[in-house]
Amino acid sequence: MKTLSKVYTMLIFVILYAPIAVMVLFSFNASNSTGVFTGFSLYWYKELLSDPATLSALKNTLILAVTSSCIATIIGTVAAVGISKLKNKHTQNAIMTVTNIPMMNPDIVTGISMMLLFVFVSAKLGASQSLGFGTVLIAHVTFNLPYVILSVMPKIRQMDRHLTEAAMDLGCTPFQAFCKVEFPAILPGIISGAIMAFTLSLDDFVISYFTTGNGFETLPIRIYSMTKKRVTPDMYALSTLIFIAVLVLLILSNVAQGDDKKKTRRAKK
Amino acid sequence: MKRIALIFTALVCLFLCSCGSQSEKKVVNVYNWGEYISDGSEGTMDVNAAFEEYYYETYGEAIEVVYTTYASNEDMYAKLKSGAAGYDVIIPSDYMIARLIEEDMLEKLDFSNIPNYANISEEFRDLYYDPSNEYSIPYTYGMVGVIYNSTVVDEADAGTWDLLWNSKYSGRILQFNNSRDAFGTAMYKLGLDVNTTSESEWRMALEELKAQQPLVQGYVMDEIFNKMESGEAAISAYYAGDYLCMTENNEDLCFFYPTDEDGNYVTNLFVDAYCIPKGAANKELAEIYINYMLSEEPAIANAEYIYYASPNSAVYESEVYMDDMGEEAMEILYPEDFSFHENYNKLSYHNLDSETLQLVNNLWEELKISSATGEVVYVLAILIIVGLIGYGIYHAVIKRKREKYYI
Repeated sequence: MKTLSKVYTMLIFVILYAPIAVMVLFSFNASNSTGVFTGFSLYWYKELLSDPATLSALKNTLILAVTSSCIATIIGTVAAVGISKLKNKHTQNAIMTVTNIPMMNPDIVTGISMMLLFVFVSAKLGASQSLGFGTVLIAHVTFNLPYVILSVMPKIRQMDRHLTEAAMDLGCTPFQAFCKVEFPAILPGIISGAIMAFTLSLDDFVISYFTTGNGFETLPIRIYSMTKKRVTPDMYALSTLIFIAVLVLLILSNVAQGDDKKKTRRAKK
Repeated sequence: MKRIALIFTALVCLFLCSCGSQSEKKVVNVYNWGEYISDGSEGTMDVNAAFEEYYYETYGEAIEVVYTTYASNEDMYAKLKSGAAGYDVIIPSDYMIARLIEEDMLEKLDFSNIPNYANISEEFRDLYYDPSNEYSIPYTYGMVGVIYNSTVVDEADAGTWDLLWNSKYSGRILQFNNSRDAFGTAMYKLGLDVNTTSESEWRMALEELKAQQPLVQGYVMDEIFNKMESGEAAISAYYAGDYLCMTENNEDLCFFYPTDEDGNYVTNLFVDAYCIPKGAANKELAEIYINYMLSEEPAIANAEYIYYASPNSAVYESEVYMDDMGEEAMEILYPEDFSFHENYNKLSYHNLDSETLQLVNNLWEELKISSATGEVVYVLAILIIVGLIGYGIYHAVIKRKREKYYI
């Protein structure tokens, strides 16, 4: 039974990571084929670094992901704190349901409705060019928000309410109590919400596609539009680099968390 | 709190400023297919940067080419129709140009700004999609042919569309995964008009595709590159220019244009052309841009990058271009004794009316569902959805009960 479960786990990992392994392999291919491996080379990595269009798409994607996740994290945290302070349970539930709708909505519905809204509003305002960085940013913040709220909410619920009361009892103003007691307690939730928002925004295609205008092209849009001809292998190189970056980030954050847990355990002892 | 507010206002100001300053510089907004221009990768010429330089030298003003890409004509149409973004130059395919003209979405070009139009061969004027040559200037053109692996396929079997229906190569044939191209192959084979509105003719094509179905390895688009290069599949129809890319990675691949009994080519021809959409903010700049792209150097760079045939005489008559492409490629891209002009209107895909389009889509669905896996997939999907809903309801009920008892 034990070997069986080991085999099963291995199988799951193979299925999960085989596509990435193939992509990494072909990013080192000497030719531009995705079917035949003709030899090891770093050609596509060099090519990637000298491709201004791809690099600017990467830059756009990163700027968008960072700004949208920051804004969504700030608004989302404030919203989560506010919702948790509501006295009436029913209003609280109603508001949570409403905030969850963008998450349940298919991307394409969100994307198209956003586009219509932006076009409509800008036509009313008389702007010639309605879509661009601003509109994609608004759209991304919109679909990131519920994820932030959703990951901050449980942390607030877990926290002992009396802690805040105690802090205020000891002379904190409500704002100080929030900064010194509540905020550190819910920080892990905020961080995981921010990371979630960042990754979602990084790989979103459908919503960005509909809400972006000319001149602001994100990486997923660029890769998708390559399908008329073929996706060039420098994209594999780029994806490999992104994958490694994410992997390192995850390992680091896991190691840090592990250290944290050890410390708290020791402290408890 | 004050500090946060300060930072926030600063950010907003910065954002507004950056938006404001962008609109002052002269720009030309180009919307093109992905990977459809020489962009400086792999040591090629970056034609957009070259245009910016050219413009600065000629007119003494800085200009910026804002270049964005799309994946299909329909994507581009949706974006354009929404009125959301202003584009100055677009490069749709022939049938889409016909539709855009019909819906009054294109500007008439001012040819006095585009003297290089003279470079365009006479063959590419008066084509059906723009009969009076007012709205478009051809960028590339091409033909669909059949690619086969010479280690698998007997050369005697090649030459006509029948190769895609040859049961000898069962399981190694690829068919297009889009209705228009797939039906096209069957209709060219049967000698039908690909733009017919007769339902019975479309049904005949469907029967032909159904007969082919057991022989087909898969319905694919982009994967063709992969499957043909690795030798997984041996026969497929695709564009001549793309064959030239594939043969670089697998020398066993061969190519022909399918003919009918009389030896005339019967296959799809397409043209992609420069157009200026209605309401373009910088029409004159767009025309200067198009004119520049028609001049020798950038036109050759583009043709060599894309690998499709060029209607531009500055390209196909250039020694440099011929040398770079090689004799075989030239023969394939520019077949001798073939008049594009005579065959184009008859063989190319036109814009179908909505009723026919609906019919084609329905027939296509019928083909896809008639494959054995089709029904199973639907049944499975329904079962899974029902299961999930059932589980959800069950869970909700249990939860409510628990809440009643424990709280």
